[in-house]
Amino acid sequence: MLIIDCPYCGKRDEAEFHYGGEAHIVRPENPSELSDEAWAEYLFMRSNTKGRFLERWVHSEGCRRWFNMARNTANNEVEAVYLMGETPPKEVSK
Amino acid sequence: MKRYSIFSLVRNAVSHHKDWPKAWRSPDPKAEYDVVIVGGGGHGLATAYYLAKNHGITNVAVIEKGWLGGGNTGRNTTIIRSNYLWDESAHLYEHSLKLYEGLSQELNYNIMLSQRGVLNLAHNQHDLRELSRRISANRLNGIDSEFLTPADIKNMVPLMDVSPEARYPVMGASLQKRGGVARHDAVAWGYARAADDRGVDIIQQCEVTGILREGGAVTGVETTRGTIKAKKVALAVAGHTSMLAQMADVRLPITSHPLQAMVSEPVKPALDCVVMSNAVHGYISQSDRGEMVMGAGIDTMTGYTQRGALPVVEELQRAIVCLFPSFSRLRLMRQWGGIVDTCPDASPIVSKTPVGGLYVNGGWGTGGFKATPGSGWVYAHTIARDEAHELNAPFALERFTTGALIDEHGAAAVAH
Repeated sequence: MLIIDCPYCGKRDEAEFHYGGEAHIVRPENPSELSDEAWAEYLFMRSNTKGRFLERWVHSEGCRRWFNMARNTANNEVEAVYLMGETPPKEVSK
Repeated sequence: MKRYSIFSLVRNAVSHHKDWPKAWRSPDPKAEYDVVIVGGGGHGLATAYYLAKNHGITNVAVIEKGWLGGGNTGRNTTIIRSNYLWDESAHLYEHSLKLYEGLSQELNYNIMLSQRGVLNLAHNQHDLRELSRRISANRLNGIDSEFLTPADIKNMVPLMDVSPEARYPVMGASLQKRGGVARHDAVAWGYARAADDRGVDIIQQCEVTGILREGGAVTGVETTRGTIKAKKVALAVAGHTSMLAQMADVRLPITSHPLQAMVSEPVKPALDCVVMSNAVHGYISQSDRGEMVMGAGIDTMTGYTQRGALPVVEELQRAIVCLFPSFSRLRLMRQWGGIVDTCPDASPIVSKTPVGGLYVNGGWGTGGFKATPGSGWVYAHTIARDEAHELNAPFALERFTTGALIDEHGAAAVAH
């Protein structure tokens, strides 16, 4: 069971949260000009890292707000929590 | 290869079973192979076998980091069926099921296939409509599939609670009689023995640490037992497909998740078919040893922990106990997890890649075991001819660019 430190509510058990997948995937600025390959990259291709992974979570049964988290996917250690729109803290940025 | 038979059993009984020959050699890796298959699970071993048998390519090595069938081949709930919705999947899984039906004889290895029937339950009106559609689609594809009413289900599975008061009312089910279970280890071992007999080198305890390339094509692999040159490299590594592909800078639309299974203490025969329910995220059958084998949905977060999270265990047990109230008295004996690699459309990728001579077989998600023979068959064809077999052509990597996805979330997402 993960204990996730929601930046708005504090530490809660993982069952209160929903997972939102890889973080920092930016929606293309000019979708109409995008090639099929670039669409595929944006929609489907994921880094699927084993180790430190930057991802999005939502505290769906609490404040219902989204935030970012750095977690090690090999051992589930939560290394950092930071707000949407923020860049990852220095200690977890690659 | 010394054939297994009633006579060899008697002969070896006389010598107290001390003289059985090894089922396969364990050679040191050669300096070069025509094909190196990375991953000694069912899919990799089946691929090696069909490369040798169907295409005459025997200068092949299967390289395995741990031991044969120690990954998802040995961690799944062994369910086999082919009742998929779309034509592309139905053809592929049905080919696989047909191969399974003759596999014990073909490999001279008892894979303990038990076609005991697979039930897929419907719990609400939407489930019922989806189920009817799938049954019709299956029958149009020549796959046996029939509808059961709650009364039929009660008759077939007396322990299931099909009363209208049930927490998850059972409103109907599809039945594929040819579906069932098989011994998962035996599938890997049978293919390994038969591939070895045709000259394939099976190399265990050897981890691939890099994929060598020159001018956009593979030239071999770097391993913990040295460099091995290869004209072609074929990945069959289930949960770690992305990581291996990364070594050759190939991006994949795959995310890996833990998938859990667990067994109860063994009891007398009580359940003689496979029961699956997508809506409540659970599937159950009884093993030959008497344990109730239960499988769950995936952990939603990306992960490589081969254990899984506790909330999923609770969710699964809630579902099973609601369906089978008497099973609440059983104690859980073991629980484990495997890493499954899932695709956005819940269909696999069996394909060439942008790197010449590099092939990928992955993204089977939660349901790769049932596909083992068919997957090996079409993957061997793809590797040998450097072009897809008609059965796996729709499962190419390009479908994520063209948009021709094969959405099997209804038939594959949870259950396997």
